[in-house]
Amino acid sequence: MTEHNQRRYSDISGRAILYALLGIMALYYLLPLALMIVTSFRSMDEIRMGQLIDWPTQLSLDAWRIAWDQAQIGARSEKGLRPYFINSLLMTLPAVAISTMIGAINGYVLSFWRFKGSNLFFGLLLFGCFIPFQAILLPHATVLGKMGISGSIVGLVFTHVIYGVAFTTLFFRNYYVTIPGELVKAAQLDGAGFWRIFFRIMLPLSTPILTVCVIWQFTQVWNDFLFGVTFSDPSSQPITVGLNNLVNSSTGERRYNVDMAGAIIAALPTLLVYVIAGKYFVRGLTAGSVKG
Amino acid sequence: MYLKKRFMAAAIASALSVSTLSATATAGEVEVLHWWTSGGEAAAVSVLREMVEKEGHTWKDFAVAGGGGENTMTVLRARAVSGNPPSSAQIKGLEIQEWADLGFLANLEEVSKQEGWDDVLPPVVADIMKHYGYYVAVPVNVHRVNWMWVNPAALEKAGASVPTTLDELWETADKLKAAGIIPIAHGGQSWQDATVFESIALSSGGPDFFRKAFVEHDQDTLLSPQMETVFDQFRKAREYLDPGFPGRDWNIATSMVIRGEAGMQFMGDWAKGEFTAAGMEPGTDYLCLPFPGTEDAFAFNIDSLAMFMQRDADNVRAQQTMARLVLSPEFQETFNLNKGSIPVRLDQDMTPFDSCAKASMETFQRTSENGQGLVPSMAHGMSTSSAVQGAIYDVTTTFFNSSMSSQDAVRQLASAIRAAQ
Amino acid sequence: MSQTLTSSSQAVRTPAPARSPADRIAQWIPKLVLSPTLVIVVVFFYGFIFWTGLLSFTNSRMLPSYGLVGWDNYVRLFNNERWLVALGNLGIYAFLFIVICLVLGLLLAILLDQKIRAEGALRTIYLYPMALSFIVTGTVWKWMLNPQVGLEQFVQSLGWESFQFDWLVNPDFSIYTVVIAAVWQSSGFVMALFLAGLRGVDDSIIKAAQIDGASRFTIYTRIIIPSLRPVFFSAFIMLAHIAIKSFDLALALTGGGPGISSDLPAIFMYQLSFTRNQMGIGAASAMIMLLTVIAILVPYLYSELRVKKHD
Repeated sequence: MTEHNQRRYSDISGRAILYALLGIMALYYLLPLALMIVTSFRSMDEIRMGQLIDWPTQLSLDAWRIAWDQAQIGARSEKGLRPYFINSLLMTLPAVAISTMIGAINGYVLSFWRFKGSNLFFGLLLFGCFIPFQAILLPHATVLGKMGISGSIVGLVFTHVIYGVAFTTLFFRNYYVTIPGELVKAAQLDGAGFWRIFFRIMLPLSTPILTVCVIWQFTQVWNDFLFGVTFSDPSSQPITVGLNNLVNSSTGERRYNVDMAGAIIAALPTLLVYVIAGKYFVRGLTAGSVKG
Repeated sequence: MYLKKRFMAAAIASALSVSTLSATATAGEVEVLHWWTSGGEAAAVSVLREMVEKEGHTWKDFAVAGGGGENTMTVLRARAVSGNPPSSAQIKGLEIQEWADLGFLANLEEVSKQEGWDDVLPPVVADIMKHYGYYVAVPVNVHRVNWMWVNPAALEKAGASVPTTLDELWETADKLKAAGIIPIAHGGQSWQDATVFESIALSSGGPDFFRKAFVEHDQDTLLSPQMETVFDQFRKAREYLDPGFPGRDWNIATSMVIRGEAGMQFMGDWAKGEFTAAGMEPGTDYLCLPFPGTEDAFAFNIDSLAMFMQRDADNVRAQQTMARLVLSPEFQETFNLNKGSIPVRLDQDMTPFDSCAKASMETFQRTSENGQGLVPSMAHGMSTSSAVQGAIYDVTTTFFNSSMSSQDAVRQLASAIRAAQ
Repeated sequence: MSQTLTSSSQAVRTPAPARSPADRIAQWIPKLVLSPTLVIVVVFFYGFIFWTGLLSFTNSRMLPSYGLVGWDNYVRLFNNERWLVALGNLGIYAFLFIVICLVLGLLLAILLDQKIRAEGALRTIYLYPMALSFIVTGTVWKWMLNPQVGLEQFVQSLGWESFQFDWLVNPDFSIYTVVIAAVWQSSGFVMALFLAGLRGVDDSIIKAAQIDGASRFTIYTRIIIPSLRPVFFSAFIMLAHIAIKSFDLALALTGGGPGISSDLPAIFMYQLSFTRNQMGIGAASAMIMLLTVIAILVPYLYSELRVKKHD
């Protein structure tokens, strides 16, 4: 009886500590975002004359409007971040879809259809994750030029697919190796072929890792700056380049409220992906499809 | 069916080529790669766009910001190796020569003769724009780097006077410190460190010393006791900063002067825009003065647009038009009013400019005529190759942020410059 | 090596003797499917590495050129004080970043796995920093860590006058602020990976262990965490990739400063290659970075890939 009570007591205090820990961590993660949001609603006069970190005395939406379609960025005729934002969408969606698909198929082959040298192949591919991208900018630019897609959105998609497959393959391969091979054997005995097994058995099992992979790729491609800046031309510059152009000026005043509003605008799609994908992530998990 | 299709295609193609021929007898396209992306700079370059478009050409704006053009330089290299450089790019100082040496730049001989550039540009400026005697780039503006920005109210509160020599500078700084005011507003970024270092070198050693050290890289000068003194003085400046200086943007430092938290800032004339934006008047609310001991010196920083060789004849024409417009008095006026700098033309009407710009122009003309005090800025890439400039940055910023002795700094500076050459 | 790897695994393989043309084609499908990736690996990974290696022995300055200069660039590189600082910083940074992210990510995942209310919201909160670009993260953390406008000032204004947190402006500690911001940004993703892994652990094993009277702690340390090995592997690769390439974050947060105290090899390489016109030395630094990666990673990759799967 007393033991039971004690156990309950420790359970309750344990829960309290648990929630406290989670709450403190949540604060650490939320603080910078809160700062960004608060700053984006302050007026520049307030920031210039007061503290950098402070509450707004009055809510001002100006910074958001300026960042979205009023700021003069360079001498472009279209103002604000809007055109860059659209470029990023056009670039990110196909890049994520293609690289994820290739990664899924690669992972499937490397887990269930191994051949002599397939592990070596995987090792070589993985090593590709560690090439410092700064070093391959010029040869890659040359190749894009030879292919006639330099400076275009197609060229950017191509680039992101190439340097994304190592990761997507890694994700799927490491996920599929935890799935019992008997599943595939049984399907083979039933007469299912390579593609049928992939589309009918493997893909439906892949929701959680698909979510992780899409989150990762979307984040990487959307937030990429180095490739975006080097391989784009004025008509294809992505949002990170736009944001950088907006916030950076070598010799001019910095508008921190606009910077922050622009930063949040630039992050909205990724944030959205996290919220939506997070849902499917859970759904995939609770369906119990992972348990093998 | 097949034949018909081919015939149609050929017909369309020929029709198109005829129409392009007639339409583009004058109209071409200029693609301009630059890092004037925001605020007054963006407004200023937009003026050039309008002028170019008024002449019937198309402007393709290729803005890439970041780190004083670091990203722009990467993009330019990527475009060059993919065989498709833009028609014009914002390139400075000796870098112009390096691109010209590789055969990338266009010859502006024709337009420069027509417009008589040699007559309106000071020879120092023209030399930077020329490769073997021919113009390959056009200057946009002249910045003076060796400025000091003062909040007179803060000085008054501390009972300090405006310094005109280095010794007086430290006296003023001591008084400000005693009055609880931050004497020097500074942002600890390597280029800002180098900017202060450069002004001190110019003040302490004079223009000849400066030229020997940072233009000619004379090892004896670099290793001289004078250089050690420069480092000593540079170290002294460190005592008058607030603890939060590392990494601070220059304009945050300026706002410290605006608010009277700090007394002085050493920064080029682009700082003026911040004072103007805060509604302050030069001469009363803030003072723009030469860095103490450099009244007769002018460390210049010139922004310029280099012209890349183009295959298409129409684009070449558009490029030449743009080059002409950049040096037109109208553009020079609007651009420089926006940017805080002064026009490059010696014959420019200075009436619309404020007292700081007028003073700057006066010194610029005086020093360029007597050939004494006009020196290229090291900190802003006018005096040396980017490799050497980078090497100097590394040494000065390390020295400023550590307890390295001046003797060691002098030795490291000399060897770093030698290694980078 | 691959022979033993393949035979030690229980992977399903197509039957060795092909019986009909259709079978023969079927046998080739997996390899055919991998061939585009093979082209990528050969050309865009190793081809470009080879090219960079070649450049590191040339006198390339502004653009690639092919005058050979032997080991000169490597000698210059290792005579450069700044490179040595950057390399040392990478060691500190990468180690702390990877270890803290793994520990924190695992801890958060385990805590979240205790049937928490509002799990969805918390998970999103931990995950969202990954959504922000490094340029922004750097700026915000720069404010927060700045002793005069950020946390230090804030805590002091709350009454704790002697509170000090000046790492950002202290050359001895600036690299750790990069770690703080980087952990903030990436640990959420590691948490997500581990959470996916935790949910994949077989419940029946855990139940059996509970019946045997194993404590919760033992169940985690003995059963659950060891079963997450492939997740550790993915997370490690991902984090190492981020660490080695860290570039924009450090630039935005500290600019490599104060002085050169928080410089990183990627910044060094980028500057030398593209703004300082010393491409040869830049290429040499890229090669050294790659060699370092090989030295650390290859043993790990080898041991991981040798482990029997499908057990």
